[in-house]
Amino acid sequence: MAKPIALECRGITKTFGRVVANKNCDLEVYKGEILAILGENGSGKTTLMNMVAGIYYPDEGQIFVDGQEVTIASPKDAFAYKIGMIHQHFKLVDVFTACENIALGVEDEGRYRLADVRRKVIEITQRYGFVIDPDKRVADMSVSEKQTVEIIKVLYRGADVLILDEPTAVLTPQETDKLFAVLRRMREDNKSVIIITHKLHEVLSLSDRVAVLRRGEHIGTVNTADATEGVLTEMMMGVKVELSIERSEPKNPQERLKVEDLHSVNEEGRPILDGVSFTAYSGEILGIAGIAGSGQRELLESIAGLHQLTQGNITYQDPKTGKTENLRDKNPLQIRDLGVRLSFVPEDRLGMGLVGNMDIVDNMMLRSYQKGRGFFLHRREPRDLALNIIEDLQVVTPSAATPVRQLSGGNVQKVLVGREIAAAPTVLMAAYPVRGLDVNASYTIYNLLNRQKEKGVAVIFVGEDLDVLMELCDRILVINAGRVTGIVDGRTARKEEIGLLMTKSKEEGVGEYGEK
Amino acid sequence: MIAFLVSAIRLGMTFLLGSTGETITEKAGHLNLGIPGVMCVGAACGCYAEYMYFTAVGSNVVPVLAVLIPLIAALLGGALMGLLFSFFTVTLRVNQNVTGLAITTLGVGMSEYIISEASVIFTKGSKYFTAALPFADALGSFGKLVFGYGIFVYLALAIALTTTYVLNKTRVGLHLRAVGENPATADAAGINVPLYRYAATCVGCGVAGLGGLSFIMDYLNGNWEYCVDAIGWLAIALVIFTVWKPNWAILGSIVFGALYVASSYIPGVSFAGKELFKMLPYVVTILVLIVTSMRQKREHQPPQSLGLSYFREDR
Repeated sequence: MAKPIALECRGITKTFGRVVANKNCDLEVYKGEILAILGENGSGKTTLMNMVAGIYYPDEGQIFVDGQEVTIASPKDAFAYKIGMIHQHFKLVDVFTACENIALGVEDEGRYRLADVRRKVIEITQRYGFVIDPDKRVADMSVSEKQTVEIIKVLYRGADVLILDEPTAVLTPQETDKLFAVLRRMREDNKSVIIITHKLHEVLSLSDRVAVLRRGEHIGTVNTADATEGVLTEMMMGVKVELSIERSEPKNPQERLKVEDLHSVNEEGRPILDGVSFTAYSGEILGIAGIAGSGQRELLESIAGLHQLTQGNITYQDPKTGKTENLRDKNPLQIRDLGVRLSFVPEDRLGMGLVGNMDIVDNMMLRSYQKGRGFFLHRREPRDLALNIIEDLQVVTPSAATPVRQLSGGNVQKVLVGREIAAAPTVLMAAYPVRGLDVNASYTIYNLLNRQKEKGVAVIFVGEDLDVLMELCDRILVINAGRVTGIVDGRTARKEEIGLLMTKSKEEGVGEYGEK
Repeated sequence: MIAFLVSAIRLGMTFLLGSTGETITEKAGHLNLGIPGVMCVGAACGCYAEYMYFTAVGSNVVPVLAVLIPLIAALLGGALMGLLFSFFTVTLRVNQNVTGLAITTLGVGMSEYIISEASVIFTKGSKYFTAALPFADALGSFGKLVFGYGIFVYLALAIALTTTYVLNKTRVGLHLRAVGENPATADAAGINVPLYRYAATCVGCGVAGLGGLSFIMDYLNGNWEYCVDAIGWLAIALVIFTVWKPNWAILGSIVFGALYVASSYIPGVSFAGKELFKMLPYVVTILVLIVTSMRQKREHQPPQSLGLSYFREDR
């Protein structure tokens, strides 16, 4: 390589308590290249980069910038060495405008004048082809706009090394393409771009070299041109694994849940659900795709009786009695007793459904406390259930009496999903059940859902990753700003098609893409 | 009528100092319920310094020093309480509400201890604080209303306006607001969050300490009363009433002052009635809270991280 090295890490080790996050990691980045850091969740990718960005301080090891050994003790130091990081959870102040956020923490010479900041911001946007309104408040921005602000913020400080942590996790395919175009322009500008990801196809299409991390250790760095998906997966997992979802044909599908013309509004009177209609069949997985906050959560909650509707009908066909029930007349408890179950994994995982400081048994009881009479609790049944889930789903926990908070994310989610499945549901709604899980744990969850489908349960799955949705689901419903913009077949749909459905504005008619 | 307005403004400026101090603190994300205690201590320190000065110099009082010494003492007294608050909430990461209430209790007690040695000599000192500009009387009621006050009224106005300017127009203000809204973001941007929180709290508490002194020296004409803490609670209410904006607080403080003193200027109000009148500022604050929460406007909300402690390596 003729290119000079911009940043080098040597022998970096970092521990949190007894957990080793990084062990003896070596890494180097050249000027004018895009380096991908690949690894499962919990493999220490983010921690390693956080040390370069000054969020954490390494226990051992050295960092070199342009060949000089440096000490990066705070984000400020990182900026001084022209290193900037765009975190997965955006670090922006909601009530500030784009400009104010960008000016934050910058110690320019002279007086602070917002007009100067704005001029410089516009310069940067023109140079790299960003589209952003510098006076827009962050609170009013879409996810992709917020990300743009983050990137400009880093460029504004003159960063030569940009680190992006899972930048595409929240973007639509079209937005991802735009982002990649910007990153390539930065490479041409002789900047170093480090992108943290676990998506193989992104690595292959964007990067020049790939560094693979596994359990905190640096396994190796390869040139992207020489790599294939198989090689990279093997490096990531340590063993050769075939990860695929076995999608069976739906058996004997019967109408289970019919949703007609749902409408609801938020506190300000703006529509959240705007005429949603679909039918869910037994023995099939119906996927729901959409940009975050398009009404997915409200849709599931209204089926579960937790969200106030202004209009619409939800009809449920009870497979036991054969009767038709209108769910809108029922309260959440009655709906649950009919076998309609919701497991929602929010962004912070513990926020809804489980109580972090309670143990697994107590969390099981949250769903069964109405059962039984008398003043005292019966703990035997929930304890048996908890033990069953721990065994069936291979939950890694010291005991059933361990507070849920102390389990790792994947195990927490197994408990959450397991509890809902244990009730032998007829409709299982799972929202983001693999959020933040590593590849192995994710596939455990997918297989769980598949087993339920084979049992004849109508599964509704809200997911973020389009690739997974297309592999797992029989049909995919695309929701966009509270409206269903299309229902496509999971086996034949193309990603671009779904992406377009996710983003197109209201004015364009449904099905327009199909005509092109 | 003029007397009523003058009285409302004089009391209002005490509220204004207290609430400006609390706003500075809250903008850094510190919900300091210790303001009543801080104001007590500020008042007591100022009065005690005045007492010391008067006993030391006898009859050769230099007016400038008679004003400056208590002012500095009140500022330092308040700032020390702020330092204590920050030490607990930033360094030891104790819950802010608990710390604040403890500071209030401590401050009230301390002020009684400090003041117990001094006596009612403050009336002598008070006249230096209330001395109006000489030409005020010559300009009739307009002069009385605009120029007829002692130093505290102008000081309070200047501090409130400066605070507004610093918060909105300077880099320090931008950083301070970011610390209160989202300390993790501020930290990632390279801002020293603990430093900003310490500094803002000390400055804010110092200003609030001045407020305590102004209540005794200006509004009560130097007669010590053990009710400075009541003023402190109203100052906190005023912060909410004026939705965290010191420039709005200038008007708000006069409204609060007017409501508080109104009973004395309405003939035929019984003693119990007067006490009811003094409740009005709180009632108004509750109404404002209801209205702002119903409207849910972003710019009228408290700083997002108000009351939360921050530690970088928390995961």
